[in-house]
This record gives sequence, C-alpha cells and structure tokens, in this order.
Amino acid sequence: MTETTPSAAARLRRYQAPVWDEPLIMEMSGAGRRGNVPPEPIEALDPAAALPAGLLRAVAPALPEVAEPDVLRHYLHLSQETMGMVGISLFGTCTMKYNPRLNEQLAARDGLAEIHPDQDDSTIQGLLEAVHRFDLMLRGLSGMDRFVFQPGGGAAAAFTHAAVTRAYFADRGELGTRREIITTAQAHPCNPATASAAGFDIITLPVEADGYPSLDALKAVVSERTAALMMNNPDDMGIYNPHVKEWVRTVHEVGGLCFYDHANFNGVMGRLRAAELGFDACMFMLHKTFGVPKGGGGPAVGAYGCTAELAPYLPGPLVEETPDGFVRRENERGVGRVREYLGNVNQVVKAYSWLLAMGGDGIKEAADLSVLANNYMEKRLLGLRGVTKSVPEATQHRLEMTRFSLEEYTAETGLTAADVQNRMTDHGIDAFWMSHEPWIVPEPFTPEAGETWSLEDIDYWIDVMAHVLEEGRADPELVRTSPHHQVVGQIDGSSLDDPDRWATTWRAHLRKQGRA
Amino acid sequence: MAHPYMPNSTAEAKARMLAYVGVDDVEELFEQIPADHVSRSGNGLAPGIRSEATLRRRVRTLVDRNDDCVGNLSFLGAGTWQHHVPAVVDEIVGRSEFLTPVWGTPSSDLGRNQAWFEYASMLGELLGMDFVGLPVYSWGAAAGNALRMAARLTGRGEVVVPASISPERLAVIRTYCGLAEGNQPIAVRLVDVDPATGCVDVSALALDADTAAVYLETPNHLGVVETATAEIAAACRANGTETVLGVDPVSLGLLAAPGDLGADIVVGSTQPLGVHLHAGGGVGGFIATRDEERYAREYPTLQVSLAETVRGERTFGMALFHQTSYGSREDGNDWTGNSVYLWTVANAVYMALLGPEGFAELGRTILSNARYAAGRVAEVDGVEVRWPDSFFKEFVVDLTATGRTVAEVNAGLREHGIFGGKDLSADFPWLGQSALFCVTEIHTADDIDHLVQALKEVLS
Repeated sequence: MTETTPSAAARLRRYQAPVWDEPLIMEMSGAGRRGNVPPEPIEALDPAAALPAGLLRAVAPALPEVAEPDVLRHYLHLSQETMGMVGISLFGTCTMKYNPRLNEQLAARDGLAEIHPDQDDSTIQGLLEAVHRFDLMLRGLSGMDRFVFQPGGGAAAAFTHAAVTRAYFADRGELGTRREIITTAQAHPCNPATASAAGFDIITLPVEADGYPSLDALKAVVSERTAALMMNNPDDMGIYNPHVKEWVRTVHEVGGLCFYDHANFNGVMGRLRAAELGFDACMFMLHKTFGVPKGGGGPAVGAYGCTAELAPYLPGPLVEETPDGFVRRENERGVGRVREYLGNVNQVVKAYSWLLAMGGDGIKEAADLSVLANNYMEKRLLGLRGVTKSVPEATQHRLEMTRFSLEEYTAETGLTAADVQNRMTDHGIDAFWMSHEPWIVPEPFTPEAGETWSLEDIDYWIDVMAHVLEEGRADPELVRTSPHHQVVGQIDGSSLDDPDRWATTWRAHLRKQGRA
Repeated sequence: MAHPYMPNSTAEAKARMLAYVGVDDVEELFEQIPADHVSRSGNGLAPGIRSEATLRRRVRTLVDRNDDCVGNLSFLGAGTWQHHVPAVVDEIVGRSEFLTPVWGTPSSDLGRNQAWFEYASMLGELLGMDFVGLPVYSWGAAAGNALRMAARLTGRGEVVVPASISPERLAVIRTYCGLAEGNQPIAVRLVDVDPATGCVDVSALALDADTAAVYLETPNHLGVVETATAEIAAACRANGTETVLGVDPVSLGLLAAPGDLGADIVVGSTQPLGVHLHAGGGVGGFIATRDEERYAREYPTLQVSLAETVRGERTFGMALFHQTSYGSREDGNDWTGNSVYLWTVANAVYMALLGPEGFAELGRTILSNARYAAGRVAEVDGVEVRWPDSFFKEFVVDLTATGRTVAEVNAGLREHGIFGGKDLSADFPWLGQSALFCVTEIHTADDIDHLVQALKEVLS
C-alpha cells in the first residue's frame, strides 16, 4: 500500500506531562497533623479494661500524619500524573469508552451508594428492578435465558463458567471424566487460567494461516473428556471464525458446553446473538462494552448469561419479578457464590443507564462506527512504512480492531513496539495495547477506536505514530530513550522479580535499604 | 441526530470514513460474518434516549425509590459496614484520571501506580505485614485465593474453617476450593466454635498431616475478637500448617496487628476504608504476607513495586507479573483479572486522612459505641446480648426469649425507620432467634435511644 500520511509533524500539539516530583504520602508526615477526626465516643470506655491486653495493638501503625488540604492536593497531583483518558486512549481489546458523568452522579446518590446488601427486598425495589430490567436487556442482546452480575470482572465471569460447568457435570455424575476445557491461542489468558483453577485440564488450539484454529484441530481433540469450549469471536486480531457454528456443534456432539467470551462484542453489538450461534453461555463486560468506568482495573462487572439448561447452576442470589414485587432468591443447585452479594450492582445501574441512552439504534450505530473507524485506521496505518498487520492473508475487512506489527520497523531501526509506545506518550497519547500472552505476532500493537473517539482524535493518534516512526529513523536514540515529556523516564525493570530489591510496601523498601 | 456519546455519529464524519475506506455502505465491512450468523430477530431494545434530562429523570426514579441507610437508621453489617466516608475520598475517586483509565506505561500512569503503592504500604503498616498484593474482588475471594496459596505452599489438601464464618463468605471459599467429586479439590472442614465464648478453641482444630491451612477471623463473623489467635498460629506452625487470618482493617488502630498474632497470610475487606456500601458493590479483598519469597512466589494477584527509572528517578512497576495468569495463562498461580483497583485509591486517601491517631480514635469510638449500644439493648425485656464483653463493632442480639422472630422484630423496626440487625436464625440455628447488630462511629446516643425505644414498642 502506498497511502501517504498527511504532514503530521506540523499538526502535532505540544505536550508536557505535569511533573510534581511528588513525595510518597508516607514521606509527608508532620508529627501531630490530622486529616480527619472521628466522632467522640458516646461514652468513655477504656479499651484496656474492655479487652484482654494481648488483643490490643502494642505499637501504633506508622501511617503518615497529614492535614486534609495536603492529602487532597497530594492525590490531585497524583491524578495529574496519570494520563489515562485525558490523553487519547485507543487501548485495544479493552474498548475504551466515555463514561457518562450523569451515571456517576446517579450512582453517588444515597439511594444507591448507601444501600446495604442485606436490606430487606421490600426496601430496594428500585435497585432490584434495575437489575432485572438490565437482565432482560442482555437476554435480548444474547438470546440467553438468564444473567447474573455477581462476577467482579470478565475473568470472574470466565471462572463462573468454569464453576457452572463443574457443577453441571457433577450433577450428571460425569465430573470424573469431563476433565478438559478447550481454548484457543487467541483466547484471553483468563479463559485457560480460570478453567485450570476450577480443576480442568487445558487444551489450547493454535491459530492457523487464516487467523483462527482449524475445525480439524478441534475435531482431533474433542472427546467424551471435553467439558467445555471457551472462545472469543472475533478474536483480538479482529478476525471472525466463520465456522463457529460447526465448532459449537462439534463440541455439543460429545456433550460439552460452549462459552462465548464477548470481550470483543463492541463491533458486533446488535448483530450477533450467542444463543443463535448455539452457545450455552456468554459473558459481557459492563465496564467496557456498556460504558461503565474501568476504575483502572475495577470495580468491574462480567455479566454472565446462560441457557435455561445451565440456569439451575448459576450462583445466587438471582433477582426475579413476582406479583408482589422484585425478590432475590437463592439457586438451590447453584454454585453458591463466586463473589459476595449481587455483585457490583452500582456498576450495573450505570450500564443500565448507558444502554437506555444508547438504545437498540444506538448500539447498532456504535458497532458500525467502531468497525468503520477500525477500517479507517487500518487503511491509514498500513500506509505507514514499517507497519504490517497480523495474518495479511486474511483480506476481508476486520471487525472492531486489527492487530498490527512493527516487525519490519524493528528490523530496520532496532526500535521495538515498546519504544514507539513510550515515545507516543510524549505526545499526549496514552499507551497502546500490544498483545496478550503468548505473542503470536512480533512487535504487536492493537489500537481500537470504538465509538468514543472523534475522527480528529483518531487522525491525531495516527499522525503521532507516523511522526514517531520517522523520528526513530532520523534519531533512533531519541525514541529508544523516550519518554522525555512524561513524568519520569523508562523503568529499569531489573528489580521487579528480585527478592532483594522488590518492595510492594514502603516498610519493605526501607528494610531492604537498611533504613528501618 | 448525532448521539452525544459518539462524536462520529454525524453524517459528515461517517461519509469521510466511508470514502476513505472505499466502501459505499458500512454493511460491506461486516463481510467476515456469514449471513446465517446475523440475527434476524430484534434485540428488544427501545430507541436510545438522547436527552440527558429525560434519562436522568428515568433512572433517578428507580434509584430514589430505594430506602437507604441515610434516611433510615441502619444496624446492618455482617460483611459490609457503614462507616463515614470523608468528602476528600469521594472527590479523588471521582477524578476522571483515576475513574476511567485501564493500563498505561509506568511513566504515563506514574501517579496512579504511586497511589496503588501507597495503598499497599499503608495497609501493610496497619497489618504489620510487608508484602501486600493489589486487591481481589472481595474478602471471600481473598480468603479463597489465600487458602489456595496455602494448599500450593504445603502440598496439602484440606483447610479448616470455623463454623462461625459468614455463609456468604463460606460460599465463595467453597467455590474457590472446588468440588469433592473431582478436579483436584481442596476439602473444606468446618470446626465448631465454643458456644460459651464464640471463639475457636485450639483443641477443636484437629490438625493433621493434610491440613494446609487454618482460616480464622478476628473479630469473627459473630463480632467476637478471637482470643487464642496466637496460640492457634503456633500450633499451626508446629504442624506445618499455614495460618490465614481475616481481619477488619478499621479495627487495627485498636486491635493487635495480625503480623504480631503470628498470621502467615492476612486477608480482609477493603470496604471499611473509605468505600460506600454500594449495595454490596463496595467490597474488595486484600491479601498480605511477610515479604518472603516463599509467599511472594504464590501470589495470584498483580502487585506494584517501587522501582527506579533508567535515569535513577523513583517509579513503580508490576512485580512478579510473569507468575500471574496474564503472564502464564493456565500455568500461572490461580487467575486474576479486573478487580477493584479504583477502591485502592479511596483506601489510600482514607488511610492518609486518618493517620495513626485517627485509627486509634476510630477504634476506641467504635468499641465504645458498640458496647454502649449492646448495654442499652440488653436492658429491653427478653433481649439478651451474647458474649457482651468480647466484641468490637458487631454483636449478637438474642431475641428468643421475647417469643418473636427476628423477621417479625425487624419488620416492626422498619416501621420506625430502622434497619435491624442481620437475621442469623436460618444460618446459625444454634443461636436461636438472633440478629447481628453493627454499631460504628456514625451512630450517636440519640440513634441508640431511638433503637431501644423502637425495640420496646415492637416487643410490647
């Protein structure tokens, strides 16, 4: 492809991350300072008289003593030293989205933030109704018969599937023989990891020349030992396995269950329904696909849905509508709990609000815009010298995202995808996603535009990459030693796996430095 | 009409992208999907609401229909507790930089990584432990992870759990430990507590060669501060068994640090440290140990470590990343994923605001308020408080002698705008008609008067 890039450099913004040289809060301590004062006790009570001496704390914890305004300013400084969505984040496979502030306001109201999960059902009818209505919406989108929101993230939903699978086969007296769960090399690491944690043996199918594992490879491994198949489609390279119905049929023929990890649902929202493809269960991530904040890693929700056949094994409590209102009920044969209570229902209400705002028309449009933007990006990015895409033989338009490679650029300049990533953050671009393990594409990067980012933002992102790639050709050291406009420079990672130097707490660090 | 969440939902932006890509219709871009895969039935969703005003009214109606623990006086605890959340905490966790991102580089997300490190560091001070992982979903999940760590560490297949544990938490532990029918399960053996004390007795543990861990909590689910923790930890050590201790972090300005009680792996909930109840969506679980390689190599979590840049600046990175499922898939330690990292920022702000004096005062206030409340409640005819001299913030109120069920009494209290204690009668039948009441620093003398008066009326 000979697509030329626009004259990028002329349009680049000047960017410099805020640098505060912020001390650790533990280093800000001033003896006697206070940031918060608890209420006086109702009546005086000497703890030493109320509890045995050996149960009382002997030495006060070495927490900082800091006044309230200083705590506020400290954490504001730290927020400013966090780029996140303040820059442009096209963090692929995680579908970065705008989180409507209205939903934050609604979730902060006492009627949600100050609800106790053990309140009587009659006192939380609004919450239970929202959960139920949202369950119905996801049923409509997936064709499944029942959802639970207890899993605290996508991986927890995958674990829920493994636990449900275990319970299902235990109930049928087959757990002793149903030992294997099949995933693919392109499945998220949580799929094999959660299946393994639930006690299953893992079979991983390799990706073949057309970008997905072959049906023959699947047929070669399915047997009466197969408990389940856990897969994504499209995968993280944006490639859709057109044989997925035969896959499901193949696994069903030996009595196994099929789980659709909908991590990459954004590009196919409103087009595909998991149940119509034959799947027994699926998972949606409300903290990405449904506009709920990621929180830098949660609180998240992996909404897990399944068919009526698996519903008896779902963890409780389940929310149901009765003539007397909405109730929680335990699921007698269910797996109990994968997490306490109903889950992160505060996030469920945000997702419900988001989906009301989007509607059936809106999610279809969001999927269209995501796929359109992805193909726009792909065409522009492949016009950059040194950028190739995974599985170039797959010539059809990709869905949602494409995995690209800087292999040729690395061969030419010695600069890696990580170097380019670092330098791009110098221009106000949040770090791109490279790839999950294992890397089956060398020097990968996986940008995903989604529907949140404007065409101007997408162009800017590509302009910055084009600029950085040229910078690296003209002055490789500039890129190799980047970032230069960030808060700090590149990490020296040598201490991170060294027992003598790693320190996950300040006290460990002080001890290892001989300062404690 | 363009949708406010989608900048490219204008005809002009779409046209520019379509022209550049070289297709006439966006449908052409979905050519990978076979026609018979595309759903022919509608998804049942109504058209989207473009107006924020309309949407706000719609959702607010649902949210505001709930009765909450502000408009009502609540004595519910049992795993999620109402504590004061300082305003600065809400301000910081609402900042978009902390609320919305996912994963940057150590340079571009320095501030957030520092906040995470400060969370682990301050929690480590409270716990008396110097290796703290980033949190998992909940206390139950942390306990499940910790027991699995212990099984890997010892190569043994059984864990011992007191029968006083929260059924909610036990259910999570059981899911994490697996099924007896197969698939390499860890057996969970329950031991009774001494009804006279509410505590676990070391002689009841029946440790044997296959006991990987004893799981204890202090205060336990019935509110009681366990008295024999150090003794049990010593017995475990002599048997090659790990002691996994669950604690309430807001108690630790007053109660002994778990590190001083001989615990090997410490777990608990992060929710009390500046996180609202969120109907159960505020929970989070921590895992901490001594900084010994033996333990560090078994963590399934991500953990942020202090490090240096190549230029000698202070920075932070993920320690031992490879041993997680992200690095090693099914060969990693257990599994990890999105968790509750936003709440670690709330926890850090909270711990910084309180400081050592704040935690000490908070502990004293909670202990005093709870003991005061228990004393007043016990004045009501037929009401008995179990173990009145050994609890911290939660206590068991036995209503059996009143002839009423907890459900009846709680229904009566609701008429007075009070959420009574958590009903224990189904889960702990040996306690009769008992409820677990929680009193914290937010409760006042007037609140307790109100409760006592209401109880008297309900029971009259």
